[in-house]
Amino acid sequence: MAAIVQGIGATAAPSASSNKFLLSSLGSSLLEKKRNFFVVRSDGKCYTGLNQQQRRAQNVVTNAVATKEEKASAAVGSKPGHELLLFEALREGLEEEMDRDPCVCVMGEDVGHYGGSYKVTKGLAEKYGDLRVLDTPIAENSFTGMGIGAAMTGLRPIVEGMNMGFLLLAFNQISNNCGMLHYTSGGQFKIPIVIRGPGGVGRQLGAEHSQRLESYFQSIPGIQMVACSTAYNAKGLMKAAIRSDNPVILFEHVLLYNLKERIPDEEYVLNLEEAEMVRPGEHVTILTYSRMRYHVMQAAKTLVNKGYDPEVIDIRSLKPFDLYTIGNSVKKTHRVLIVEECMRTGGIGASLTAAINENFHDHLDAPIVCLSSQDVPTPYAGTLEEWTLVQPAQIVAAVEQLCL
Amino acid sequence: MNFTSESSGKRIPCFRVLDDNGYPIAGSIFEQVNKEVAVRMYSGMVTLQIMDTILYETQRQGRISFYLTSTGEEAINLASAAALSPDDVVLPQYREPGVLLWRGFTLQEFANQCFGNKADYGKGRQMPIHYGSQKHNYFTVSSPIATQLPQAAGVAYSLKMDKKDACVVTYMGDGGTSEGDFHAALNFAAVMEVPVIFICRNNGWAISTPITEQFRSDGVVVRGQAYGIRSIRVDGNDALAVYNSVRTARQTAINEQRPILIEALTYRVGHHSTSDDSTKYRAVDEIEHWKTAQNPVSRFRKWVQGNGWWTDEDESEFRSNIRKQLMEAIQLAARKEKPPIANLFTDVYEENPPNLVEQERSLGETIKKHPQDYPSDVPL
Repeated sequence: MAAIVQGIGATAAPSASSNKFLLSSLGSSLLEKKRNFFVVRSDGKCYTGLNQQQRRAQNVVTNAVATKEEKASAAVGSKPGHELLLFEALREGLEEEMDRDPCVCVMGEDVGHYGGSYKVTKGLAEKYGDLRVLDTPIAENSFTGMGIGAAMTGLRPIVEGMNMGFLLLAFNQISNNCGMLHYTSGGQFKIPIVIRGPGGVGRQLGAEHSQRLESYFQSIPGIQMVACSTAYNAKGLMKAAIRSDNPVILFEHVLLYNLKERIPDEEYVLNLEEAEMVRPGEHVTILTYSRMRYHVMQAAKTLVNKGYDPEVIDIRSLKPFDLYTIGNSVKKTHRVLIVEECMRTGGIGASLTAAINENFHDHLDAPIVCLSSQDVPTPYAGTLEEWTLVQPAQIVAAVEQLCL
Repeated sequence: MNFTSESSGKRIPCFRVLDDNGYPIAGSIFEQVNKEVAVRMYSGMVTLQIMDTILYETQRQGRISFYLTSTGEEAINLASAAALSPDDVVLPQYREPGVLLWRGFTLQEFANQCFGNKADYGKGRQMPIHYGSQKHNYFTVSSPIATQLPQAAGVAYSLKMDKKDACVVTYMGDGGTSEGDFHAALNFAAVMEVPVIFICRNNGWAISTPITEQFRSDGVVVRGQAYGIRSIRVDGNDALAVYNSVRTARQTAINEQRPILIEALTYRVGHHSTSDDSTKYRAVDEIEHWKTAQNPVSRFRKWVQGNGWWTDEDESEFRSNIRKQLMEAIQLAARKEKPPIANLFTDVYEENPPNLVEQERSLGETIKKHPQDYPSDVPL
């Protein structure tokens, strides 16, 4: 699962223009694909490969995640990209990949002329035609199966579930076929499919439309799972998922589609297996993903005022976990708080707790605390719904407790 | 106010070319097959019979863990395969090894898969009879029923996008038509207008469920119209009828870019699998009748011999030849090395993520620590 990264720009080291856009940090794996582009490693060195995009933007990007606070001070005097909403970023990533590779196609309910129920595929059917952006009848198991069949024959389909919860109907195809056929066929057939859709708790959508499928799918061998949380990582992860030869499930969140952010003009692809350092710190490691990231950052403001220095990591890769980044953080802070939207039982947090305990037990000064939703179906009533989710106040209290 | 009746009163007629004695029925219009194709089809049917008999016994002897036969359905297997081109993609259910046989899968390759040895293309990961071969355009068999149907619609979609001169052929049994995937796959294929042929082997039984308990409609063929799909009912034990209908279906599917439904009526002579004893739920003389009087292989043989293309000597020589070859292949397959333990972790993903690398390392250590518990004939 090598990451394909396109770095553009001169070999000049980063200078005063402190554009802190994340480009790559490959960790231990070096890039091997035979494409012509740069690889910019986290230490700033560049490996050349020539590419017309080089002639465009001149910004070399090194490590460092675009943190919201620092972005305001950055980019003095330079043109740092364009502003858009998260769903538009997803669409941009999708469109760029469809331009690049004619095998990429989209299928799902209402993705064509309607443009998708969250507008992620808006305009694509007009541009690429009805066959490449396919409207399907209402049968999730079947169009997922269809996507799997198409993938085995050489296409790279992106299957959209109108809501992640509906993909429970596709569980058979995802588990028994998508995850398994590469293995059971002895490697003869591969399934480079992307399954994506909005999930998570919205605003009073009711229990069936507020599912957190990542907890149900995490056990399936053979699939990868990633969750996006910002416009920047949404586009990067979308592109990475499409280019990956493994089946990837991309989790989006219903309430994050309208997040506005400035993203680079130049092309970039993120690493599917990497976590994102949102805010470096010293006292406690807070692991989170998707919408809870914003609750955590809100709590972080309060915590900073109270004198704490939390390190916030958006784990992004739900399967497999980026234990490298997480481990380094645990070794530094010795305290872990997991904040997630999944239910307590069998959620991502439960697996993450087990993984961290197994691997970094000696580095922990306190037991891992995991804040999750209760094991109840999400109620419709607004006040009740609000209290099934972890709130910033609870996060603050947990950190205070942890750092006693 | 008029309610459409639940049944049209008349059953849909069945297309047939040869009568029970192997003579062409007067007035039936069909495309002749030449000697080469006919002999190849017939010998394939005989090979399939012998393979089924011997490998079934091999399971009974405890040498392989599982097997299921296609006895009684040899005509559907070989005749439909003969009507296709090698570029047509086949998505089987599991009772269609004859299609793979036609396309050139050798007895050795079949045996290797059943024994799960190192030479198996599936690398020992699937049960016996779950064959798969990319080079023969035959997708790996997956046990859950009817999952291949929507996938077939997807493959056909892929072929349509690439504008290939090929179609998709997918098989299912009568039981498989009750699955939700059957409904949606046919619906999708019709709406998307893709070249896929759905062949239903209506063999009367879904393990112990007879068709009288499976559906209330006039078989499967009537459902095609409900989805807007052109359909035909064919005598599945008549090799020439199957050949003709699949050939025409293929031309229509590709030229007109539409799906076709073929219901091939036949009978499952054998048990569902080696885990089943069908005498528990059906009469022994029913099975006997279909095994002898309605045998598709002998019926086709009568026609082939009638044309002077096959003799009794050819028959006994061919049968003993295949038997010998198969026994040798089985001996070889049984002796061949098993897949190495390293194969446990490959092909899960394109490249192993850290957790799998760790698990592989940990397993290696355990094996090193307890070598006496590790089987000596399995390589690392």
